Amino acid sequence: MRVLLFATCLVDTFYPDTGEATVRLLRHFGVETAFPKRQTCCGKPADSAGYPEQVKKAARHFLSTFEGTDPIVIPSGSCASMVKNHYPELFKDDPDMIRKAQGVADRTFELTQFLVHRLQADKAGLKGSGKVTYHSSCQLMRELGVRDEPIMLLKSLAGAEFVPLPNSTQCCGFGGVFMGKLPEVSMALADEKAEAIIGTGAHVVTGCDHGCLMNIADAMKRRGSSIEVKHIAQVLAEGV
Amino acid sequence: MSRSTTAIPFRVNTARAVCDASLRQAMDYSTRTFSAKRAEGTAQVPLEEWRERASAIRMQVLDNLADYVDRFSANATRAGAVVHRAKDAQIARDTVAAILKDRGIKMVVKAKSMVTEEIHLNKRLEEIGIEPVETDLGEYIVQIAGETPSHILAPAIHKSRKDIGRLFADKLGIEYTDDPEVLTKVARRVLREKFLAAKAGITGANFAIADTGSLVIFTNEGNGRMVTTLPRLHVAVLSVEKVIPSLADLSTFVRLLPRSASGQILSSYLSVITGTRKQGETTGAREIHIVLVDNGRSEIVKGEFREILKCIRCSACMNVCPVYKVIGGHAYGCTYPGPMGIVLTAVLEGMERAHPLQDATTFCGACVEVCPVKVPLSKLLRRLRERRAEQRLTPLVERLAMFGFGTVTQSPALFGLGQRMSWSVWPLLKDFSRSKLFVRLPRPARKTFKRSMS
Ligand code: SF4
Repeated sequence: MRVLLFATCLVDTFYPDTGEATVRLLRHFGVETAFPKRQTCCGKPADSAGYPEQVKKAARHFLSTFEGTDPIVIPSGSCASMVKNHYPELFKDDPDMIRKAQGVADRTFELTQFLVHRLQADKAGLKGSGKVTYHSSCQLMRELGVRDEPIMLLKSLAGAEFVPLPNSTQCCGFGGVFMGKLPEVSMALADEKAEAIIGTGAHVVTGCDHGCLMNIADAMKRRGSSIEVKHIAQVLAEGV
Repeated sequence: MSRSTTAIPFRVNTARAVCDASLRQAMDYSTRTFSAKRAEGTAQVPLEEWRERASAIRMQVLDNLADYVDRFSANATRAGAVVHRAKDAQIARDTVAAILKDRGIKMVVKAKSMVTEEIHLNKRLEEIGIEPVETDLGEYIVQIAGETPSHILAPAIHKSRKDIGRLFADKLGIEYTDDPEVLTKVARRVLREKFLAAKAGITGANFAIADTGSLVIFTNEGNGRMVTTLPRLHVAVLSVEKVIPSLADLSTFVRLLPRSASGQILSSYLSVITGTRKQGETTGAREIHIVLVDNGRSEIVKGEFREILKCIRCSACMNVCPVYKVIGGHAYGCTYPGPMGIVLTAVLEGMERAHPLQDATTFCGACVEVCPVKVPLSKLLRRLRERRAEQRLTPLVERLAMFGFGTVTQSPALFGLGQRMSWSVWPLLKDFSRSKLFVRLPRPARKTFKRSMS
């Protein structure tokens, strides 16, 4: 099987290790990863800031970059939801574009969705270590409906212990542009999240969205915590 | 409608609220409790089915709002009430004031009503020498504190037990205690006298039934019932969109409203009031006036934010909102806080004043998940941000940056250049930018993932 990987601009720019982990993980399951070189950003920042004309530019570019028939895998809930839910909505007055957007949307998977539903990776006996807790990012959960998949994967790791995060579904305060618009509120929410994480006694906190993880990592840093903040691709790839 | 065009100083308000430890603690505790109870109360019921039905009923009303309001007015009149139509807040205030003044009333007991907050009724009454006495405990607390409600159902949610103890000691001259039972008894004693002395009562209404002209009021303290039955005159103030078609439809909302608000299967009291006291009846007001407040709604219902008028004021969206939970209701600087409040304030008070509130969402979607009538809050909040940018109420740098962003996303070459540049200038940005943002973000990787893939 072959997939097209959309790394997301965050992974591409800030977290190349997560991109590499994703490729390694997919390869472990016999999936060949193609990386369309022309990829940029899905347009999410402009979408939540309220600039649909700018989002359309990003969306058009994405749709032409990811033409084809292969599944598209995205290691981010919010970017996957952007492609799956917002693109078709964005072009609602343009039947041609809707068709195109819907076609791409149907081929798009968030990473853990793909791992569980297409590769049954939760039954593959991957290895792990230490105590791991998990933050459910909002759009992954509420827009894509991906609630159990990451937890199934983490629980399946031989040698690791999954510890649930209390109040895991409360927003971490990232919110894209929100972080810049109301920084005090954003930090207050991240602090609450960090306290909850520390309370679990976990060694690692993981999640499916680098936006949230970046915000959480910053709050952990402010506390001088030694708990590692890692994308789920990295946690899973460690055992392959 | 008189509109202030000064923008709400929201950023300043939020920064201050975040530092208020006692507020944070009170908010954290109460919103958690409300949300947990709601989750419990809705777990074992066919919630989706009820939400669908409730949403459809509310849309049906909005699609024919004028007709339903007419029908309600005609039937309420037939049942013995006098119906007044108030186009805006000023007319609404004046109407209520005139009704009371004409009858020589000096003191009036009130049940909790957000629309009377919206039209700033109490202030107007005080101006003409009428004392309004709030009889909902939370509302009474904020009234004697000289504040406004910070939550649409639990007005004093921002106050701790200790705050209330100090307030009562100060204003009512009792010995300090923070025992809720004692405090409630004290308030009850004060209010009991007011109830018995009052010649008029003011309420809002949770629903108004078009088919029968009935007013429907949910309360937990029973004060609503006393306000509407003890005095001879009852003035009900409600916004026009509170109308629902029939008593049969009410059953859907009876199931949903208390559950969504506090997880209760039913609120302690539910009053359905159809007109004045009839021959042979022993309770009920002898004179009822209903003031239907439009205040922009007949325009709002035609516009792109019309779905906010589906709202039945259950407060579930604010109870689960992470932003509301951290900053509390007062930071919003308007009558209605939380996700529904951001939208309602924009349409009621205008974009110039309300636009800063539109920053108060992370698009986490928690509100959408709980709303009993399926108000598409995320969609409306996003649309408001679009409107804000269209009206150029966002900073010029932001508009330029977004244009630049759009342009760069179309061009892999420019995008790559941007990535390389961001790595180089990061240390500068971090040191010299006034924004805390750059301190919180990590430095971009020296080698992008794309380059490592080639
Ligand atoms: S918008 Fe929905 S959840 Fe919020 S108060 Fe109104 S009815 Fe309740």
